[in-house]
Amino acid sequence: MKPVLISLWAMILGMSSAYAQDHSGHEDNSENAPWSQADAYFDPAEMAASRSHVLHHNGDQAFGMVMLNRAEVQMSDDEEIGVWDGSAWYGGDTDRLYLKTEGEYSFDEGDLEEAEVQLLWSRAVSPYFDLQAGVRYDFEPEGRAHAVLGFQGLAPYWFEVDGALYLSDEGDLTADLEAEYELLLTQRLILQPRLELAMSAQDIPELETGAGFTSVQAGLRLRYEIKREFAPYVGWEYHSALGDTADYVEAAGGEKDQAYWVLGIRTWF
Amino acid sequence: MLNRRQFMYGSAASGLLSGLGALLPAWARSASDGNHGLHPHTATEFDLTVGKFPVRIDGKPGEATGVNGTLPAPLIRFREGDEITLNVKNTLDVDTSIHWHGLLVPFQMDGVPGVTFPGIRAGETFTYKYAVPQSGTYWYHSHSGLQEQEGHYGPIIIDPKEADPVAYDREYVLVLSDWSFERAERIFAKLKKSSDTYNFQQRTLPDFLADTRANGFGAAWSDRAMWSAMRMSPRDIADVTGSTYHFLINGHSTKDNWNGIFQKGERVRLRIINASAMTIFNVRLPDLPMTIVAADGLNVQPLEVDEFQMGVAETYDVIISPPEDRAYAFVAESIDRSGQAVATFGPKAGMRAETPALRPVPTLSMKDMGMDHSAMGHGNMDDDAMSEDAMAGTMTEEGMNHSKMDHSKMDHSAHDMPEHDMGGMAHEDMVKSGGWPVESNPVKRGPGVTKVNMMPISRLDEPGLGLENVGHRVMRYSQLRSLDPNPDLRAPGREIEIHLTSNMERYMWSFDGVKFSEVTEPIVFHEGERVRVSLINSTMMPHPIHLHGMFFDLVNGGGDHCPRKHTVIVKPAEKVSFDVSADHVGDWAFHCHLLYHMHAGMMQVVSVLPSDDTPPMQEHESMDNSAMGHDTMDHSKMDHSKMGHDMKMEDDQ
Repeated sequence: MKPVLISLWAMILGMSSAYAQDHSGHEDNSENAPWSQADAYFDPAEMAASRSHVLHHNGDQAFGMVMLNRAEVQMSDDEEIGVWDGSAWYGGDTDRLYLKTEGEYSFDEGDLEEAEVQLLWSRAVSPYFDLQAGVRYDFEPEGRAHAVLGFQGLAPYWFEVDGALYLSDEGDLTADLEAEYELLLTQRLILQPRLELAMSAQDIPELETGAGFTSVQAGLRLRYEIKREFAPYVGWEYHSALGDTADYVEAAGGEKDQAYWVLGIRTWF
Repeated sequence: MLNRRQFMYGSAASGLLSGLGALLPAWARSASDGNHGLHPHTATEFDLTVGKFPVRIDGKPGEATGVNGTLPAPLIRFREGDEITLNVKNTLDVDTSIHWHGLLVPFQMDGVPGVTFPGIRAGETFTYKYAVPQSGTYWYHSHSGLQEQEGHYGPIIIDPKEADPVAYDREYVLVLSDWSFERAERIFAKLKKSSDTYNFQQRTLPDFLADTRANGFGAAWSDRAMWSAMRMSPRDIADVTGSTYHFLINGHSTKDNWNGIFQKGERVRLRIINASAMTIFNVRLPDLPMTIVAADGLNVQPLEVDEFQMGVAETYDVIISPPEDRAYAFVAESIDRSGQAVATFGPKAGMRAETPALRPVPTLSMKDMGMDHSAMGHGNMDDDAMSEDAMAGTMTEEGMNHSKMDHSKMDHSAHDMPEHDMGGMAHEDMVKSGGWPVESNPVKRGPGVTKVNMMPISRLDEPGLGLENVGHRVMRYSQLRSLDPNPDLRAPGREIEIHLTSNMERYMWSFDGVKFSEVTEPIVFHEGERVRVSLINSTMMPHPIHLHGMFFDLVNGGGDHCPRKHTVIVKPAEKVSFDVSADHVGDWAFHCHLLYHMHAGMMQVVSVLPSDDTPPMQEHESMDNSAMGHDTMDHSKMDHSKMGHDMKMEDDQ
C-alpha cells in the first residue's frame, strides 16, 4: 500500500507545481508583451506593470468561500447528536485548496463520536467536475491518517455529487459517495434530498466496520433561504448500517437502523 | 430651445431643490428641480475629479465612486472637431481611468489601463487632449476595476459642426444605470462562489404543475428533463438582478420619479444611454411612439417603434412628440423583468405617470440553446450573414440526448455534418460566403467552456428576449439604416470568427475559451484593411460586445447604409457579423460590456498595426485554408502552427 500513498502524494505535488507555472506566466507576458504600442507614449515599465495587472484582474483572481452545508441536531427517541459538514476553499477557476470537515457530537455522552478534517488540492478537470487529492485525518473515533483521491461536481439533471477513496495509514481502503438534489418549492423554500453511501474494502474490526457496503444515510431537508447565504432547515434522516457492519453494531447493543428528526442551519460566505 | 422665461424659471427653481436634486448636476435633475431641457452649452476644457462621495439612492444613503461628487457624472458637451482638454484628478487611494465610450480618440487617449495607458495613479492628474470627427450621444466611464458599477459614469454630447439633421424643440439626456448597496467586488465574489445567487426567478415546482396543466405531464416533464440534463436554466437571463439592484434614470429610482416637461406637439429629443454595469433594458413609453434617429451616436434613418431592447453601453436618440397634455411614463425595464425604473414626461413639472406592472419573466427556449433551427430562412438577410451557419448542431460537453429533441424542427442533413470531412465543407462554404478567407481559432475546451455552438443562426430580425409577442412595434437590428452612406464599401479582405464562451456554473467567461488573463496574442488588424468580424454566441446569454476606437458596419442587410455601431448585442445561439475598416492604429480593448463578464475574462485586445508592418495580402496567400478551427474536427490531425495568429507571428518576425 505504501507505493499507492507515494503516488498520490506525487500527484498532489504535480498539481501544485502546475499551479505555480500557471501563475508565473504573467512575468513572461510583460517581457514578451502581447501588445505594446502604448509603450511609445508612456514609460514601458509602467505599461508592463499595468498590463500584467489588467490581465490578472480579468480572469485570474483568486477567491475564497466558507460553506457550512449542514450544522444540525439530529434527534431520535434514543439519542441526540450534533452533526457538522462544512468546507472552505481558496483559489482560482482551475486550482483550489480545499479544507473539508465532518463530525458528530453525542449530547448524551457529552463527547465527540466522529471528527475528521481533509486538506485537498482541487483541480477543475472538466466543465462540471473537479478532481481532488490530499490527506484526511480522523481525530475520532481514533487518530488515523488517510490519503484521499476523490471528485466533486455537478452531474446531469443537477445532482451535486461528491465521492472519494481513502487509504488509511493502516492500509485500509474505504470509500464514500454523496449525492444531493435541490427542488425549488418557491424561490427561497428548497427541498433537498440527500443520499450518502459508505463502503469498505476489508473488515476493520477496531472500527466496527465490515467489508462491503457499510452504511447508508438518506435525508430530506426543507430549508428557507432568508438570504441566499443563510438558511435554517428542518428535516428527517434515516441511517442504516449494512452487511457485516450492521452485525458489529448489533453485537455492540446498538440499533442498525435509526431515524432522526433534523434541525439545522446552512450558511456560506 | 430654451427661451429666456424658461431659463429664469429654471434658475429660480434651483433655489428650491429637493433633496435629490441638490446632489445632481442640472442636466440630471427633474423638471420639478428646474430642468426644463438641456442648455446647448459647449466647452473645450473640463476638470474632472474622481473620488468617493455620499449619494442618496432610492431614498437610502450610500457611498459612490465617481466624478465631481455626482451620480451620474457631469455632462461633457463640446463641438465636433474642437480640440478639448480634460484634466482628470484621482483622489481615490487606488488607480482610476476614464474611457470615452464610442469616441474616435487617438488610442493613447482611450483610457484603458494596461492597454492604452498605465492608468491614473492615486493623487495624480492625467490630461486627456483630443479632437474627434463625430457628433452625437456618447458616454464615459472608468475602465479600472469595478468602479463603473459604483457610479463612475456620465454622458457626453458632441454637437455637430454642420446643421443637425435631427430637428427638435427640447432635449434631455437619460442615463440608465443599475446601483447596488453591495460593493461591486462583493457582487463579483458572490457570483464566483454561487453564480445563481441573485436569481430569484428560477422555475419552481408550482411552475412545473402549471405547465403540466397547460401542456400535459409528458411535455412539461421532457422540457424539464432536457434543460436539467444539460445543467442549464431557462431562467438564466441576468446574472445580477433587481434582488440587489436599484434601477436608475439620471440617478432617480421610480420612487424619486425623474420628470421632464414638454409642450403638446413639441419634438422632444431623448438621448438615452445605458450606463449599467450588467443590465440590458427594454425601453418604452406606453401610448407614445418613439422615432429612433441615432444609434450609438450616429444618425440613422428615422424609425418609429414602440419599444426597443438596449444593450449595456449602447446609446439611442429618439424623438417623442406627445400628442396630449397628460403624463407619459418612460419605462426602462430590466431584461429579466426583475425590476424597472420609471420616469415621467408631462406638460407640468412634478407630474407622476402611472407605473406599469412588471411583465411576466421570459423563459429561454431551445432556440437560445442553439437547438431550434426552424427560423433559418431570413428573407431579408444578406446571404453572407447566413450561409455559413448551416454547419452542425450545438455540442455540449457530454453530448446531447437527441432522442429528447424535436426532430421535426431540425435539419438532419446539417446534423450529420460533424462526421463528414469538415475541412472540405468549410472551404466550400467559405467560397459561397464571398471568397474571403475565414480565420477561426479552435475553441480551447476545458473547465471554462460548457458548449460550442456549431450551428449559429442570425437573429438580427428578432426583437430580443421577452419582446417577441408584446403586441407592438419593437426595434430589430435588421431595421436600422445609417442616415449617411457607409464611408467604406469594400468587401472584407478576410473574416475573423470569435466564439463567445462560458461556464455559467463556475462563472467563467471568455472568447474562444481563452480568458483575458490567458491571452498571449491580440487579435491583429492591419492598417487600411477591411475585415469582417463574426461573433458566435455559444452561451445562453445576450452579450453587448464593444470594440474600442472604431465604428463597425453591422452586416444587417442594409447594403451601403448599414448602421455603424460601437456596441452590438449578440443574442444566445446567434452569429453576428460586422465589417470594420482598420483605420485607427493602436491597441484597442474589445470586450463584453457586461462588467462582470469582462472582469471574469471576456475581453481581448485588437491591435491595429501600422501598414508598414505586414501587408495583409501576404498573410492571406500563406494561410492554410483547410486548417479551419471547427470544433468537431479532429485537432490531433491539424497543424496548429499554420493557423491564424501563429501565422501572424511568423510574418511579424
